[in-house]
Amino acid sequence: MTTLAPPAVRVKESKTAKGGRGGSVLWMAAPAAVYFFAFGVIPLLGVLYLSFTTWDGIGAIKFTGLTSWKAELTDPGLPHSLWVTFEIMILSWLVQTPISILLGVFTASFKRYRALLAVLYFIPLLLSGVAISITFKALLDPNFGLGAGFGIDALKQDWLGQPRLAMATLIFVVSWQWIPFHSLIYQGAVRQIPGSLYEASQIDGAGRMRQFFSITLPQIKYTIITSSTLMVVGSLTFFDLIYVLTGGGPGDSTRALALEMYQKGFMANLMGPASCIAVILVLLGVILAQLLRRLGGRGDESMMEGV
Amino acid sequence: MTTTVNVTGTQTPAHHQPPKRNRRTGHKLAKMNWIGGGLGWVWLFIVMIPIYWIVITSFKTQANYFITNTFAPPRDPTFENYKTVIDNDVALYFFNSVLVTVGAIIPAVAISFMAAYAIVRGSGRLILRLTNTMFLAGLAIPLQAVIIPVYLIIIRLKLYDSLLAIVLPSIAFAIPLSVLVLSNFIRDVPKELFESMRMDGATEWGTLWRLAFPLTRPALVTVTIYNALGIWNGFLLPLVLTQSPDKRTMPLALVNFQGQFGVNVPAIAASVTLTTIPIVLLYAIGRRQLVSGLTAGIGK
Repeated sequence: MTTLAPPAVRVKESKTAKGGRGGSVLWMAAPAAVYFFAFGVIPLLGVLYLSFTTWDGIGAIKFTGLTSWKAELTDPGLPHSLWVTFEIMILSWLVQTPISILLGVFTASFKRYRALLAVLYFIPLLLSGVAISITFKALLDPNFGLGAGFGIDALKQDWLGQPRLAMATLIFVVSWQWIPFHSLIYQGAVRQIPGSLYEASQIDGAGRMRQFFSITLPQIKYTIITSSTLMVVGSLTFFDLIYVLTGGGPGDSTRALALEMYQKGFMANLMGPASCIAVILVLLGVILAQLLRRLGGRGDESMMEGV
Repeated sequence: MTTTVNVTGTQTPAHHQPPKRNRRTGHKLAKMNWIGGGLGWVWLFIVMIPIYWIVITSFKTQANYFITNTFAPPRDPTFENYKTVIDNDVALYFFNSVLVTVGAIIPAVAISFMAAYAIVRGSGRLILRLTNTMFLAGLAIPLQAVIIPVYLIIIRLKLYDSLLAIVLPSIAFAIPLSVLVLSNFIRDVPKELFESMRMDGATEWGTLWRLAFPLTRPALVTVTIYNALGIWNGFLLPLVLTQSPDKRTMPLALVNFQGQFGVNVPAIAASVTLTTIPIVLLYAIGRRQLVSGLTAGIGK
């Protein structure tokens, strides 16, 4: 939304309303500002600094210039985890977006079920990544899980034991958790499309498919950008799900960047290279968000509405 | 978030109900989308299956689990599994999670509310605008990316392996979104109300409590519940910042149970169900505000 624009307009209004008496509220912003600076801004600068150091997580931190960067950039684990991250990002986008749009359009149209569906659809969002992963891990057991329950042999796979299947399972679990959220976003967007557009197109003899592609989709363009930004940038930070569900495996087939960073930093005690990965994560997030913003062609709004 | 309010200039309650014209949209679309309709119910089924399964399994005996159908309800429901997890200190982990969540949420919402008020009321001040920009930019900082420096800060503060170690960063990462949502709500309070409070000689502090606080209560509920969910479910901070078993929060305990109980799936199911109960309660209390608060501004 236009979060950034309105405050600028309001500056003038509130000045006149208050007669320029703003000083007495300054201290009220101080606790949050100082606190966030200490635990949010300083760590962000800190991680950049730490990427130029060598540190085992316990002992002294030594400034070693580009040593950590050289080590990290020549580590074959980096391109691999980058590849895995992009694979998860693209596949989960491809699965989630069409389903979310269809679900959103549907739930927008049935007033009767909308409330009920909104309640039930929200449930996966409430659960922790850990709880979800543990549940699916048990449910996907080849012998006692899903396949046995439905009596369908095709579902009796070693879901987490083979690289391709493990990736597919991961994408499914991600979709299970997030599709309901995105469909609620789309539902909100579809409900804001003026009904007159559909009436006009009906008079012109447009069919339902035509209406969907010529009215609904173009009208929710910005929502698609927002939802995609959330999906894409969010997928960079998947950690809990992967940590519990596959542990990055089998082998290293699902070891995405965030997990690679954790293992390098907190298991292998290489905080320098791990900080390099963290910097890469931040940069990737910013770049992808900017790219999607350009795609939307609506300035700084689509990024902020994703909040 | 609730930024729609900003754009259209409507009052707070407006975005709970769609404008009237939209009902017609819905009606037209109703006839149009039976593919979506089928998908809607199929997806609901997919969403509900694991939830149904985890609950019924938590009431099965371990012996029964392996011989009955996966999705059949337990023949003779048992609380044995809940007893097993309680015998394994689940009460302590649960209490730790409650302490961390409550301990982080109260200061986080309180200071965010004050900051939001200041940002709206004193928006002429450059320093407040910069503060606001810092919070907005802060929304984009993922916790994962700064976990290493946060770890460093915590060990330097000699707080490693304590609940406070989880609480402190949790507060910080709740601030940006809370300030954004709350300031959007405070902005919608009519200026005349502030003006009349001033005429009556109220201080800013008094206005904050007696005017902004009651009028912002729905947003405060949204923000509190949303952040409580995130902190309750948080895994990375406890994983990195604590070590001893007696400092475990529920998500960390779940992972350990999973290793410890192994094939005792019903006990694992019971621990997952227990973790989820407070969340469901919170959701039941604040559902309306949470759903509309989180989706209102996004879909445009």
